[in-house]
Amino acid sequence: MIDERVTNAVYRAVDHFIEQSEKGHQLRKSPATILFGKGGQLDSLDLVSFIIEVEQEIEQEFRIPIVLADERALSQKHSPFMTLGALSEYVSQLIDEHERNRRQE
Amino acid sequence: MKEIDGKNSRVLLITGSSKGIGRHLVEHYVANGDLVVGCSRGPSSFKHAHYHHFEVDVTNEDAVKRMFAEISSKYGRLDVLVNNAGVASMNHMLLTPVSVARNILETNFLGTFLFCREASKLMKHRKFGRIVNLTSVAVPLKVEGESVYAASKAAIINFTQIIARELSSFGITVNAVGPTPIHTALIKGVPDDKIQKLIRRQAIQRPGDMKDISNVVDFFIQPESDFITGQVIFLGGV
Repeated sequence: MIDERVTNAVYRAVDHFIEQSEKGHQLRKSPATILFGKGGQLDSLDLVSFIIEVEQEIEQEFRIPIVLADERALSQKHSPFMTLGALSEYVSQLIDEHERNRRQE
Repeated sequence: MKEIDGKNSRVLLITGSSKGIGRHLVEHYVANGDLVVGCSRGPSSFKHAHYHHFEVDVTNEDAVKRMFAEISSKYGRLDVLVNNAGVASMNHMLLTPVSVARNILETNFLGTFLFCREASKLMKHRKFGRIVNLTSVAVPLKVEGESVYAASKAAIINFTQIIARELSSFGITVNAVGPTPIHTALIKGVPDDKIQKLIRRQAIQRPGDMKDISNVVDFFIQPESDFITGQVIFLGGV
């Protein structure tokens, strides 16, 4: 279950990314939107910029430090950066883990 | 107050700002009318309306990220980052404990990496940024007794040159300056004859001065230097 706050933060990152894009990207705010790879609109540098936008939005919304592109993300069988939906799901997972770790401390 | 891009004052972040070169740069840029943010592990005795000090360990990722979040919310921008924080420990390699080597590498290199990463995220929004990393003449001079320190500073050179390419499309330049020995706390443990020996290997044989460094930093960060990136300037003609 993806927290609505995560989806909204990811969509705000889409807005910021489009605002700054000089290539006229048109990313539809939908879980099915393909970001990277076959059928995706972003090249590797665009993806870096977009991930940074998402990190910043999540950090502002949840007040937690987050790093999306770590070894774990890069080694997953299904890349969390393939679609907006996969990315939101991965972000939710990281936030849940962060909360669990914080409660255990 | 000096304006940049016709908008607000320039915002600079200088690490290792409580003493030595960092402290000099803070005073230099505050006097220039810039807004300066500094950080070090301890407090700073420098107080000014245009200076904000953070007590932060440059290797602590969470603390560093929190500091950048505060810079973002307070100033909404970052124009310049000077990665000055550094530690040294002069010793023969055979007598260097792993804990000392790790501390040098983490503070000098990982700290620089972390600050470059977080600063770039802020800078890319305005498509403008200037990063200046501090390396050392210990790299080209291959000074015995400074193997780990020089290795950490060599890493900074390579890192600077590569991220200069990675960040160029964001309007961010990344350069490095390599000072000669300067009378700071960093070299207080180095015998005077060793310092003199080093100075004799320079083209211009005198100790470095704080203004020698701020002069190079001034050059790298000026708006007109937007075509200069991935460069390393060693002082004294090394």
